[in-house]
Amino acid sequence: MPKREDLKTIMVLGSGPIVIGQAAEFDYSGTQGLKALKEEGCRVVLLNSNPATVMTDTAFSDATYIEPMNKFMAAEIIIKERPDAILPTLGGQTALNLLMDLHHMGILEEYNVEIIGAQPKSIELAENRQKFRETMEAIGLDLPKSSLATTFEEAMEAIKTISFPVIIRPSYTLGGAGGGIAYNIEEFKEIAKGGIEASPINQILIEESVLGWKEIELEVVRDKADNAIVICGIENLDPMGIHTGDSITVAPIQTLSDVEYQALRQDAFRVVRAIGVETGGCNIQFAVCPKTGRRVVIEMNPRVSRSSALASKATGFPIARIAAKLALGYRLDELKNDITGTSACFEPTIDYCVVKIPRFNFEKFAGADTTLGFQMHSVGETMALGGNFREALQKAFRGLETGLQGLQNGKLEAEAPAEANARREWIREKLYIRRPDRVLLVYEGMQLGLTVEEINEITGIDPWFLLQIKHILDDENSIRQDFCQEIDKAIDHKTVDTDFAKKLRYYKAQGFSDARIAKLCTESLVKNVREIDIRAVRERNEVVPVFHTVDTCAGEFEAHTPYFYSTYDAAMPDPLHTAHVGAAKRGFVRKVVIIGGGPNRIGQGLEFDYCCVQACFSLRELGIKTIMINSNPETVSTDYDTADTLYFEPVTTEDVLAICHAEKPDGVIVQFGGQTPLNIAMALQEAGVPIIGTKPQDIALAEDREDFSSLIEDLDILQPASGMAVDLETSCRLAEKIGYPVMVRPSFVLGGRAMRIIHNEQELVDYINDKSTGLYLSINTPILIDKFLEQAIEIDVDAVADGERVTIAAIMEHIEQAGIHSGDSCCSIPTHTLSDEIKGVIRSYTHKLGKALHTVGLLNIQMAIYKGSVYVIEANPRASRTVPFVSKATGRNVAGIAAKIMTGLSLKDVNFTDEPKLLYSAVKEAVIPFERFPGAEIQLGPEMRSTGEVMGIDRSFGMAFLKAQAGTRTPVPVSGNVILTVTDQDKEPLIPLAARLKALGFTLYATPGTKAILENKGIECKLIVKIGQQRPHLLDFIRNGEAAMIVNTVSGSTSARDANTIRTEALARRINLITTLSALGAIVEGLETRKQEQRVVAPLQDYYAGYIQGKTNE
Amino acid sequence: MTVNTKIPALLMLDDGTCFEGYALGACQEVVGEVVFTTGMSGYQETITDPSYYGQIVVFTSAHIGNYGATCLDSECPCPKTEYGASGIVVHDFFTGAENVDFPHFRAESSLQKKLAEMGVSGIYGIDTRALTLHLRMHGSRNGIISTNLDREYLLKRAKELPQMAGLDLASIVTTKEKFVFDTDPTPFLKYKKRDMAKKMLNVAVIDYGAKRSILLHLFNNNMHPAVYPATVTAEEILAAKPDAVMLTNGPGDPEPCDYAIKTIQGLIGKLPIFGICLGHQLISLAVGAKTFKMPFGHHGLNHPVKEAATGRVLVTSQNHGFCVDPQTLPANAKVTHWNLNDNTVEGIKLTDAPVFCVQFHPEAAPGTWDAYGLFDAFRTMVDDFYKK
Repeated sequence: MPKREDLKTIMVLGSGPIVIGQAAEFDYSGTQGLKALKEEGCRVVLLNSNPATVMTDTAFSDATYIEPMNKFMAAEIIIKERPDAILPTLGGQTALNLLMDLHHMGILEEYNVEIIGAQPKSIELAENRQKFRETMEAIGLDLPKSSLATTFEEAMEAIKTISFPVIIRPSYTLGGAGGGIAYNIEEFKEIAKGGIEASPINQILIEESVLGWKEIELEVVRDKADNAIVICGIENLDPMGIHTGDSITVAPIQTLSDVEYQALRQDAFRVVRAIGVETGGCNIQFAVCPKTGRRVVIEMNPRVSRSSALASKATGFPIARIAAKLALGYRLDELKNDITGTSACFEPTIDYCVVKIPRFNFEKFAGADTTLGFQMHSVGETMALGGNFREALQKAFRGLETGLQGLQNGKLEAEAPAEANARREWIREKLYIRRPDRVLLVYEGMQLGLTVEEINEITGIDPWFLLQIKHILDDENSIRQDFCQEIDKAIDHKTVDTDFAKKLRYYKAQGFSDARIAKLCTESLVKNVREIDIRAVRERNEVVPVFHTVDTCAGEFEAHTPYFYSTYDAAMPDPLHTAHVGAAKRGFVRKVVIIGGGPNRIGQGLEFDYCCVQACFSLRELGIKTIMINSNPETVSTDYDTADTLYFEPVTTEDVLAICHAEKPDGVIVQFGGQTPLNIAMALQEAGVPIIGTKPQDIALAEDREDFSSLIEDLDILQPASGMAVDLETSCRLAEKIGYPVMVRPSFVLGGRAMRIIHNEQELVDYINDKSTGLYLSINTPILIDKFLEQAIEIDVDAVADGERVTIAAIMEHIEQAGIHSGDSCCSIPTHTLSDEIKGVIRSYTHKLGKALHTVGLLNIQMAIYKGSVYVIEANPRASRTVPFVSKATGRNVAGIAAKIMTGLSLKDVNFTDEPKLLYSAVKEAVIPFERFPGAEIQLGPEMRSTGEVMGIDRSFGMAFLKAQAGTRTPVPVSGNVILTVTDQDKEPLIPLAARLKALGFTLYATPGTKAILENKGIECKLIVKIGQQRPHLLDFIRNGEAAMIVNTVSGSTSARDANTIRTEALARRINLITTLSALGAIVEGLETRKQEQRVVAPLQDYYAGYIQGKTNE
Repeated sequence: MTVNTKIPALLMLDDGTCFEGYALGACQEVVGEVVFTTGMSGYQETITDPSYYGQIVVFTSAHIGNYGATCLDSECPCPKTEYGASGIVVHDFFTGAENVDFPHFRAESSLQKKLAEMGVSGIYGIDTRALTLHLRMHGSRNGIISTNLDREYLLKRAKELPQMAGLDLASIVTTKEKFVFDTDPTPFLKYKKRDMAKKMLNVAVIDYGAKRSILLHLFNNNMHPAVYPATVTAEEILAAKPDAVMLTNGPGDPEPCDYAIKTIQGLIGKLPIFGICLGHQLISLAVGAKTFKMPFGHHGLNHPVKEAATGRVLVTSQNHGFCVDPQTLPANAKVTHWNLNDNTVEGIKLTDAPVFCVQFHPEAAPGTWDAYGLFDAFRTMVDDFYKK
């Protein structure tokens, strides 16, 4: 059964914007899948609304559609492109949902498009809880017992057959609100009653609790001939009860015996066959009772997933690539394992340990509950490989980039008692709560005397894991008690001693970082021991890591793919690595290291990985050997064939230096991976690493407010008045001098962390005293205070400079006014309202700044147009979040160009001397995960909270904007009821917009104040009562499904409780919610444009070739 | 985790390559051919597999001992003396916590305690990847594990060890007396239901180092095993009038086992025969084919084997250092299974007699259950044989 020759054009569905639970891993699997299809000679049509992805680069598909991922758009593309087949299994849930929509629409059948990868029947069996349960029961597999109830009586009936504890989940409530765990009948009665009420369809699911059971996932690949293999088994350190995406997970499975594992493997195959996944990868999740070994099936995903990305990175087996080929008709035994050249029809085996730790951003959603549960909350993850679990775990903790140097005590709440016994008991209590920092709590609890048995009883974490953690703790204690003395001596005497070296290697093999050892020594010796002291001692004694190869086969076959990780738990160098480094030396090619961005977090996501990947591709064009260092398993950058060499390592000074020592690169690029590489750039440079591109000191200059301020002054550029303060008193004085409103934030942050707009002194005092911001004023950590430019238009500029010249790649105009974080606001290329004169000023500022900062590579500048003048807010000589959007909009590979410049080429050499002129419009819109954080304030502000973005592209701004809106989860309605409830300040400006809405055919509803003003101007609207007044009120109206769109603005200083209730409701019901008048303006313009012109459905290739032109501001 | 008191030990290969570590298990000096297995589960089954007799097994898996040990996982068929791996080499060794029951519901004790009881010794704290790569590049070689740290002595002893090629080990590990295997398979094979309605047949098992799982699987397929010493003659078997013959796995080189080859030659055509591993090699030799020593063999749980008849691929459990040369197979022997990685012979059947055999381990333990069906195929072949 070789490849099918009848499948010539394949349509691939991407996963759309990054949201929690569906992130960069689908860019990774998508890109890999596209490459595989191209390799097979297929013509590939791609639909994905997310411009920040590598997969939407036009190099990876023949027709690249960055369009909203809805069935109407997809249908039009199908009609236009006439694909032979559609592949939905690489694009996560979004792609599967879209496929089901298309299937039900009948368009696939009508146009004879074959579905490959997974059939609708299988998707339905896997996703419909009831059908899944029936299917599993039919093949005799065990599931947690469960029952649905719609009345209290039904619930009481159901509970008779299910034993306690039980989980009660109300259907369709936001974040599972109204549910809970009942341990006895009284609790059950209470929660069941509340749950039925909370559910909009009055339905609850009552389920047997498997909390505390082992959680195991198997990644299975199957082909058309029914060959099935397990790529990787993953064991969750956190047992059932915490979403696997939020759990620390480990590969291979550690605590199952062979019979237990093989039984699971057999079950997994039976699930795959019963669900009928014909080809490709899927993921099956089990719970295993630690006391009896009873196994129950939890769920299965008939597609590649986050776990399969992890499994691919953990084992080296490219699941998505193989899945794409299997979808074309190949059998597993006809495919090769690229890494070893042996058959792909085998099960990888690994001789190391892999640990994944999720990264959270709860601090960005003040008020949100931080307890982990069945819904995923993490926004990124880091993975580490080590020679043993302890080493991998500690590497992963430092790779998390949250300030941890390994497994150590975390920062506890201020209320935690200081006295040891009281603190232990406090921790014991907190361990019952599934907190994001529970493993750190376990560590400290153990230190204070909690036993492994006690912790196991409370948390359900398997004793094997706890004993490994205890092992780390024991070693920490022996460093504190004894070994620190030897280190002290070694530092002082500059000795080389084999016994000492052996001991040091032992501790390094347990995962202790230099920084951690330095800290332990500092604390025990009561003298300052620095990380570089430890490094010096270590290197002098030749205690350096060994680089092992990820080879899918534990060394059984020769591996051809240079994918490495470091370990100290080894006696001699890996000959594969030695040969690899040696071969490069003999070839005399230039080698460049690109440092990646580590785990995704809000403010530093996929966009930076995109830049790193483009750097790899473009340097390869120049014949330069690329070396990638990153710790994020979700990414394309860590795919085994993106760079010539991959090091899967934490992005810390120690780990990066070790690689640089081994590889001796000619250059290291730090400006593509976001803040992560910049944080270590100075230390790397001081250690002699050749950093290329803009110098770290120039990057630092731009980040230093004072230095940058004086630079701007020298250049005669306007900037908002600003200053720095180190305590409350000076802050107030400074703010007074600058004049309210002001923008405040801690120094050195990315993504607007803890940034606020402050309107008066009281707010400023509250802000500084608010402990939740993590703000602590001191000489070293000052607060920055800027004049806030009210109602200003915000501008982003991305440019490339070669040290001599600066070429602007794009000027972006934000839709939302200044004050909303640029990452969260919508923006357009070309600019939408700016005059040529203003653009001229923007350009001249950009050139001036590029030169003044000695920029070699990328430059991003944020400006604001306030009362007709251009102000520079900040400049960053490094990759910005908008680079991929600019690249997709303009068709110029800005990051790739910048990478080439950094190797010494000029802008002229790379043919990038003119600013691209766009004769069409592209609009980027942000996607924000409010629905995941019930209780958090739903309000755009200076702190970035979006996880992803979509792009709309069309002839004109209006249409592009509408597409961008449609690309987020709530498309703009064309008719229906619009609720208007705005602040007093917004009432005047609302009038013309309301009139235009009315003209577009909407029915207007307004709260009394708004209504009065509108009707005064002759705009007819109906009254809607505010919440808390008489009924039915606004909320009833929304709940009854009568609102098509809600326009709701709040002023920064008023209490926004009502607004939050409205907005929560809108989110839950997927009603279009508009929170700024500028956004409303753009929507109105879009809807008006829509009346006049047809939207364009065309691939990026057509835009770049100039086939599509419209009226733009250029 | 560490053994309570760390006793330094060395692993010395006969080419002078030496690894430092700590003694585990019974902490005795052991010698053997050093081979690596890439399986990630089932360490106890591996250690107790008689096919590893005369060998020191290197586990490539990073952690060993995680779920303790239980007699349920032992592959030595009672009541015979236990013959398994001569020694083991471990990277990171888990022994549980002191003074607490081993924390896994199946475990009777830690692996360390079990090994000490069984008298199996080994070494841990070894760079098993470096060792594995060395063995892959230079082939499996003899080695010694000892707490005697005199390297010169160790190298001398390692060099004196006999080479595996040419060694008949089956006659050592085989049962000394015939016995009837009466262990109820249900607790061991609880995931594969026994069909109680089927007629119970008698199968003569010739023990070259049989794993208990083979006997359990036969029993589970209603084939009652009577286990004979490796040196049994065809006449003795035929006199007992069994319904079929099972030739088991076992250690060592098949070529010197001329007694077994002769017995098999006397049984082919007279009784239905199923062979596994060494049994497969002996059948091949019996029909005139040749076997050869592989550089480092196949030891692991992930070897893809293609069924020639169906094109289906089985992921199999394997443990062998010798292999059948396909060029030397006679016309009446058809290759039924091929290894997808290196195209070696994984199974044959005779076209003129009810005989088939496989190089891999359908009984798994440890390993995948992909090839369980071969025991059903054996039963079917036997039933068909008597229908005619």
